[in-house]
Amino acid sequence: MYGRMDLSQFRADTALALDRRNFVRLALGSGAGLVIGAWLPAGSARAEAAAQGNESGGVFMPFVKITPDNVVTVLVKHQDKGQGVATGLSTLVAEELDADWAQVKPEFAPANVELYKNLFFGVQGTGGSTAIANSFEQYRKAGAAARAMLVEAAAKRWGVDAASVKVAKGVVSSGANSATFGELAKDAASMAVPADPKLKTADEFVYIGKSFPRLDSVQKTTGARIYTQDVQLPGMLVATLARSPRFGGTVQSVDDKAARAVKGVVDVVQTPHGVAVLATSTYAAIKGRDQLAVSWDDSKADMRGTDALVAEYKALADKPGLVARNEGDATAALAKADKVIEADYIFPFLAHAPMEPMNCVMQFKDGRATLWTGSQLQTVDQNVTAAILGIKPEDVVINTLWAGGSFGRRGVYNSDYIAETAGIVKATGRSEPIKLVWTREDDIKGGYYRPLYVHRVKVGLGKDGEILGWHHRIVGQSIAIGTPFEAAIVKDGVDGTSVEGVADTPYAISNMHVEVHNTKAGPPPLWWRSVGHTHTAYVMETMIDEIAALQKKDPVAFRLSLLEKHPRHAAVLKLAAEKAGWDKPAADGVFRGVAVHESFKSFVAEVAEIRIVDSKPKVERVVAAVDCGLAINPDNIKAQVEGGIGFGLGAVLHSKVTLKDGVVDQANFDGYEVLRFNEMPKVEVHILPSAAPPTGIGEPGVPPIGPAVANAVAAGTGQRVRVLPFADGLKLG
Amino acid sequence: MAKFQLNGREVTVASEDDTPLLWVVRDELGLIGSKFGCGAAQCGACTMYLEGQPIRSCVTAVSDVDGKSVTTIEGLSGPVAEAVRAAWQKLDVVQCGYCQSGQIMAATALLSETAAPTDDDIDSAMSGNICRCNTYQRIRTAIHTASETLKG
Repeated sequence: MYGRMDLSQFRADTALALDRRNFVRLALGSGAGLVIGAWLPAGSARAEAAAQGNESGGVFMPFVKITPDNVVTVLVKHQDKGQGVATGLSTLVAEELDADWAQVKPEFAPANVELYKNLFFGVQGTGGSTAIANSFEQYRKAGAAARAMLVEAAAKRWGVDAASVKVAKGVVSSGANSATFGELAKDAASMAVPADPKLKTADEFVYIGKSFPRLDSVQKTTGARIYTQDVQLPGMLVATLARSPRFGGTVQSVDDKAARAVKGVVDVVQTPHGVAVLATSTYAAIKGRDQLAVSWDDSKADMRGTDALVAEYKALADKPGLVARNEGDATAALAKADKVIEADYIFPFLAHAPMEPMNCVMQFKDGRATLWTGSQLQTVDQNVTAAILGIKPEDVVINTLWAGGSFGRRGVYNSDYIAETAGIVKATGRSEPIKLVWTREDDIKGGYYRPLYVHRVKVGLGKDGEILGWHHRIVGQSIAIGTPFEAAIVKDGVDGTSVEGVADTPYAISNMHVEVHNTKAGPPPLWWRSVGHTHTAYVMETMIDEIAALQKKDPVAFRLSLLEKHPRHAAVLKLAAEKAGWDKPAADGVFRGVAVHESFKSFVAEVAEIRIVDSKPKVERVVAAVDCGLAINPDNIKAQVEGGIGFGLGAVLHSKVTLKDGVVDQANFDGYEVLRFNEMPKVEVHILPSAAPPTGIGEPGVPPIGPAVANAVAAGTGQRVRVLPFADGLKLG
Repeated sequence: MAKFQLNGREVTVASEDDTPLLWVVRDELGLIGSKFGCGAAQCGACTMYLEGQPIRSCVTAVSDVDGKSVTTIEGLSGPVAEAVRAAWQKLDVVQCGYCQSGQIMAATALLSETAAPTDDDIDSAMSGNICRCNTYQRIRTAIHTASETLKG
């Protein structure tokens, strides 16, 4: 009666693996039209291109397809989890191609590290707010090369000089001659690909900087957009997995009799990750798991609760750690200070809790694994799956789907939920597609959290309140140690993500010493939207504010006095203050706080206005100023900062994952509270005009909101909140 | 074995009586626009209408809708729904989009009852629907925009 979902958008497991050789064949030998990519000066690939008879001196990667139906397909190498990169990369191509926005369609690229690697990572993956920054030239060149080939094809067809050919809004013309891209696609496919196509200058932009509408709005407002949770394939089984309630626990014994008796349950298997229940429907898989009786072996489990961890971390903060920065002599400066501020800050574990819980569909058949999932680190996901199933990474085909949020959760160094799915596939030996589904309880209890951190800060002040020395210890789990990202992120034992935002503070502090202790704890740590900056910005920006208050100095003016060598910080701070009306008194009962922070090479300042209502802070308005380089899509930048502010605000007000005897206390959104509609402040975002290369925007809106609100709370109540969330650390009335 | 009207058509389903309506509609009937977010009436991603009123389909047993009419995002139509969708698209409300079926169902229900909602009305109607991308500000603006459109 009802049509099932349209599967034509997916590549079947038997479909052509999209490697470069096939692309060249498609481009040159078939009637499919023009398939093209951007120039990349890579040694091996260059040699391969030469072998293919491509004498252009460049290698062309498949980022753009132009088909006779006049559709421009942009192959998006990054995951879109809402941050808008599919629209962003399409904008870059449309700009240089002079396409019409209505003919542009984003499509996620297949997993192929050579073609689609993140140029900053070396692997195919999305994260660190790098998607636009690493693709900026690559995707523009793809569009420019395609445009040049269309022009050449048109000139040849019409017998005119290429210089006379114009392109605008998807139409190629010269004098009385005119053709659509679609009409020229086949001819263009046989044109030589320009080695170094000319790019537009900023004054020629028609799309960049102009906020063209998102390309995913219609499908996301009609219920038509398909996420992993929605994939239904013939014969597909749905799996749930019972995991140890404690991190590190293993299965001791299983009684699956009752589970197997549940109607729809077809199999129960033990895997390296727990006990899987496979069923013909999602609900049967959930119900079946509820009926499992599993005894867990906790001999290797972490039995500690949050209180014990905090006590241990505080004790570690008494001891010297690994040095992340040492400038001048902070210890000596503190010894001769007139006043020393000493403060401990405690930040809880945080779950990402994207609206779509984790899930993955996998089919292993004829030696090839096909995945349908919102893959964020395709190369890692390929490697992990291949290792478990005993095949080659290139035999793992990934259909990257639109992801229902991530905030870091899907970019996992060990591909946890994909590995779980592969484990189930292997244990069952089945060739049907299997969809592993996490429930919300699995998500909140399942680990991969922003780690618990303790900061101990000692600041020595002179007799006029000037900063003489700053001593800072950070205690918590390293996210990167022991992962494939260790070599890139960890130096001399110091994980850059643990200390970013402190060790590289822009404030002019002459004696600064920063140390870190890497702790071990059961809950696996993971990057959480803005990573280390989630806690470091809070500490730096509340402490600077406290020092300004002690000196009775204006918080904006005091910061500016310490930022003389950092004009981009200073500029956003001034802009936010100006737009917030900082120089005018706030309304009665309204208190203001400010914070400024750099993350992912972007600069954001935020002014928060709060009232105290029913003994709690109510954030009414936030004014943000942003410098993220050239603004590709200003409206999307605003959306990301609005969303980042809400995301960070919910965390500082409410969110925490706590443990008792090693078991997570929270289970769903009743215990793990996030920001709700009535708590969303009015947010204004102002973008600083810039010609600098574009930098990150998915994450940089998050770090300043916590300290801006905390500083407003201090202005209004005198309380400096140092235990997060505010629900725990702020006691009023 | 329940029988009900789904988006105006009669359906008879084989799912067990205790199966939540959400899973019946998604898994058995193949309409995937209503989303699973929490399974506990905490987030609103699964919002459907039962006899025109918004419900959390993740905690509504299919036996409880026997003989009644159910509407999902796929069947949501009429001038209010059109105005809501148009406002959502005009303002580019969506980010990941996973919660937006539920948001649109909740917003359309609000505007169907209250043609010109205040901010407090919107808070009351929408605070049961979580958006982890925190698109709340644009949702609020879009509801006001749709309300203006409907005024004509």
